[in-house]
Amino acid sequence: MKATNIKDPEYFHKVVDCQYACPAHTPVPEYIRLIARGRYTDAYMVNWESNVFPGILGRTCDRPCEPACRRGRVEDEPVAICRLKRVAADNKGSIEDRLPNIPVKKNGKRVALIGGGPASLTVARDLMPLGYSIDLYDDQTAGGGMMKSQIPSFRLPETVLNEEVNYILDMGVVTHFNTTVNSLKEILDKKYDAVFVGTGAPRGKDLGLAGQADAAAHIHIGIDWLSSVAFEHSSSIGKRVVVLGGGNTAMDCCRTARRLGGEDVKVVVRSPFSEMKASPWEKEDAMHEDIPIVDNHVPLAFVVENGKFIGVTFDRVDAVYDDDGRRRLVSTGKDPVLFECDDVLMAIGQENSFPWIERDIGIKFDQWGMPKVDETTFQSAIKNVFFGGDAAFGPKNVITAVAHGHQAAVSIDHFCHGKSVAERLAPGVTLISQKMGIHEWSYDNAVPIDLRYVVPQADKALTLKDRKIEVELGYDLKTAYAEAERCLNCDVQTVFEEIRCIECDACIDICPTDCITFTANAEEKQLRQNLTASATNLSQDLYVSQVLPTKRVMVKDEDMCLHCGLCAERCPTTAWDMQQFLYAVTKAGQ
Amino acid sequence: MSYKRPKFRHPDTEINDLGYARQDYEGALSTLCAGCGHDSISGAIVRACHELSIEPHRLAKLSGIGCSSKAPTYFLGNSHGFNSVHGRMPSVVTGAAMANRDLIYLGVSGDGDTASIGMGQFVHAARRNLNMVYIVMNNGCYGLTKGQDSATADEGSRSKKGDPNPFESIDLCALSVQVGATFVARSFSGDKDQLVPLIKAAISHHGFALIDVVSPCVTFNNNPDSTKSYEFTREHLKATGTMDFVPMREEITARYAPGSSHEVTLHDGSVIHLYKMAKGMDPLNRVSALNAMEESKQQDQILTGLLYMDPDSKELHEAIGTVSRPLNQLSERELCPGDSVLQNINESLR
Ligand SMILES: Cc1cc2nc3c(=O)[nH]c(=O)nc-3n(C[C@H](O)[C@H](O)[C@H](O)COP(=O)(O)OP(=O)(O)OC[C@H]3O[C@@H](n4cnc5c(N)ncnc54)[C@H](O)[C@@H]3O)c2cc1C
Ligand SMILES: Cc1ncc(C[n+]2csc(CCOP(=O)(O)OP(=O)(O)O)c2C)c(N)n1
Ligand code: SF4
Ligand code: SF4
Ligand code: SF4
Ligand SMILES: [Mg+2]
Repeated sequence: MKATNIKDPEYFHKVVDCQYACPAHTPVPEYIRLIARGRYTDAYMVNWESNVFPGILGRTCDRPCEPACRRGRVEDEPVAICRLKRVAADNKGSIEDRLPNIPVKKNGKRVALIGGGPASLTVARDLMPLGYSIDLYDDQTAGGGMMKSQIPSFRLPETVLNEEVNYILDMGVVTHFNTTVNSLKEILDKKYDAVFVGTGAPRGKDLGLAGQADAAAHIHIGIDWLSSVAFEHSSSIGKRVVVLGGGNTAMDCCRTARRLGGEDVKVVVRSPFSEMKASPWEKEDAMHEDIPIVDNHVPLAFVVENGKFIGVTFDRVDAVYDDDGRRRLVSTGKDPVLFECDDVLMAIGQENSFPWIERDIGIKFDQWGMPKVDETTFQSAIKNVFFGGDAAFGPKNVITAVAHGHQAAVSIDHFCHGKSVAERLAPGVTLISQKMGIHEWSYDNAVPIDLRYVVPQADKALTLKDRKIEVELGYDLKTAYAEAERCLNCDVQTVFEEIRCIECDACIDICPTDCITFTANAEEKQLRQNLTASATNLSQDLYVSQVLPTKRVMVKDEDMCLHCGLCAERCPTTAWDMQQFLYAVTKAGQ
Repeated sequence: MSYKRPKFRHPDTEINDLGYARQDYEGALSTLCAGCGHDSISGAIVRACHELSIEPHRLAKLSGIGCSSKAPTYFLGNSHGFNSVHGRMPSVVTGAAMANRDLIYLGVSGDGDTASIGMGQFVHAARRNLNMVYIVMNNGCYGLTKGQDSATADEGSRSKKGDPNPFESIDLCALSVQVGATFVARSFSGDKDQLVPLIKAAISHHGFALIDVVSPCVTFNNNPDSTKSYEFTREHLKATGTMDFVPMREEITARYAPGSSHEVTLHDGSVIHLYKMAKGMDPLNRVSALNAMEESKQQDQILTGLLYMDPDSKELHEAIGTVSRPLNQLSERELCPGDSVLQNINESLR
């Protein structure tokens, strides 16, 4: 293999599994260390810079970082990255003085944001400090998009949401709430320098089953129902509720129904339980609230007898997999079953919908009605119109919307200053030795064996009574510290300098997880087998040195490294050093 | 800050026939200087014992005084251990081996501990063919007392703060062949591929097995003018050949070109495969072994690998005909069978 180029920022970035997996590349271990040191405000600001909504995300993030977390490979469970973020948010001091200054003298550029969700708010967050004048249009009564209309208060209290939305709006964004944009052309006619479309994926899918028209009064589209609850247009539901669908929306629907009078609430899903789209923790929370999840049931019809809605019938199916692993749901041939109920919530997916964008003004659409948007620049076919969040590539999640917002802001800033929109500056990286002295590193290099700590919840009897009572209580500070210490500090990199190495084997002998081998070089496939512990996880790189005096190379499998620093500790010549790698995505104006 | 070895191990770590991982053969975290060759030898011992599936309680590690003699603390934490007096490890092993012939005895010593103060003890243990593995972690100096030249320092070699050594060095391998050791090998701490099979073979060998391991002292004797530095050793290494060790239980899988390999079957049924042997080198022949060592020395080369062995060796217990049951398991009645038995013996000698 060729020697690894550690100057390439992406090499060490990939070693920081959580940060690499985070769409916004939040420097996770950095803020976790700050939490361990009790520096909650600093930890909050590290988050705020990257993901804009630490308090919101610390409660609701889809957390792609956690399945990626190294700790989950070393033992059973990843670090509770997401809930540690919440600790920073809940315990921070005032941050007013740390927010960016907003220039009084504007730069003369005007930007319109359509939709007030996380994508648009992130664009505002990045452009306001640069002197832009921004108009935000949203059809709701307040900002936050689906974070406000969809994510229920028992998961995300309104105060937390409003606080973080307002940090941005208070920068001087001109808001036009209760304003539905019915024509993109009208907006373009206002001669903005740039327009950002962050309108989300606002249409809930409909099943269109037999009997639906007759039962219409009892059948609700999940996301419409959730927003009517959020905006207090609905405050009750029948005692017996069937929720159709297996994603997170279904979980929010059933749990909300339990709080609005639903006593016998069940989720009925087509697929097997293990293949449901909902996150495992969302399923757990639903079941904890006495909501059974019935899997392998395909809905057939809504049953209305003598003008009275009775319930829904289902075909019982088995999941059958063909050789490619593709799944088919095959009827068991048993009689359909009827689930009697008073109301049905349909949470079977969301779609984009752009009826308000004229098809003749230059935006190009694909066959599914999705706008053509560049995946890096977020630019559409009209050069000054950009898309982001769920509106760009379909429904995802808040953190993805934030990541889009940051990148769209870079593009808009370039566009408004006549620079190439495609240009992206390299990320800011630093690599700093953490050695303080003999046996002394500036990070906690011990590796405690503590298992993941459970986040305590409020009493169910209480939370089911009031949809506004938050279920999760968050870690207390002692537990937060213990959980933070589980982090392996994957950003403290093992940096190898071959000219210092005397090949004494000390690092090989000390490494607890057999990461290091000195061996003859070979092609990657072969090399992976030749190591002390064969490197079977292909998603993790091998760190290969230049050829050493013995004609061998040092090969380190990054997969199982605990970043304990013992290799550097035992190296007599400091050929190994532990260096903190900071990786910051370059944002607009930087 | 922490200087503790994390508890986690690689999830694919190998488990041996006894169900143990390598971790189960480790000891306390080393306090030797970072980069000390002795630590690598400890690592090789851990690997050899793990791969041989040795029951930890069936092994006793014994040592004298020195950095090398401290090393047993850093491996085989679940085995018996005895850190004795400077140069006196062979006596303690003799006593222990006499009392309990069932244990595996692993003596660990330094060049100072062996070739200076312990010389008298060392040669007699070899001469009696005491059934033990005797590892010398040889750094050409007294590491623990800050690097004075030892008796194995080569003439002209200079340690970090010293003058060129004016004296002839003692070659422990040649010496032990002469006095009757039945397994003699040399190796280098930085060459585990060679060292691990040698340790395994030495453990399987019946009789006195010496492995003299060049083990650089990074702190006092790893400078360019030293002949026991990493760099000098690497540049002057010459192997007698390559050795594979196949334990008794295992099937022989490697294939050797006909005539290229020499098989030696050990007492316990294990097999040593010697191949790529240097011309004229026959490790079963004392004269050949001594010649090869002398020749290498003339050429400033450090000859490593298996140098000499006698597969038919008779260890001390066999030589003096002790009972097969370990003495420490005999009861008082067996040891003191009473007056009538004594009378009978006396009668028989009249
Ligand atoms: C029930 C449910 C629960 C969810 N839970 C989570 C969760 O826990 N964690 C997570 O990360 N994600 C969650 N999501 C997904 C997440 O809410 C979205 O991915 C995210 O909000 C998308 O952000 P956005 O900025 O693209 O658009 P949105 O948040 O959808 O905001 C778009 C805004 O634009 C407005 N708008 C649309 N069209 C117009 C128009 N023509 N004129 C004016 N205004 C318009 C909309 O009303 C809305 O306010 C959930 C989604 C649902 C449905
Ligand atoms: C009876 C006695 N004499 C002298 C000493 C001082 N002493 C301690 S270690 C040592 C030499 C150790 O050298 P070596 O065996 O080569 O071990 P190394 O530290 O080099 O591994 C000496 C002379 C002692 N401890 N006891
Ligand atoms: S152990 Fe810490 S740094 Fe490593 S992936 Fe997990 S959270 Fe990130
Ligand atoms: S930091 Fe060094 S010693 Fe620790 S696990 Fe990683 S490679 Fe091994
Ligand atoms: S002084 Fe020399 S022999 Fe002793 S521990 Fe240090 S390097 Fe090893
Ligand atoms: Mg010594």
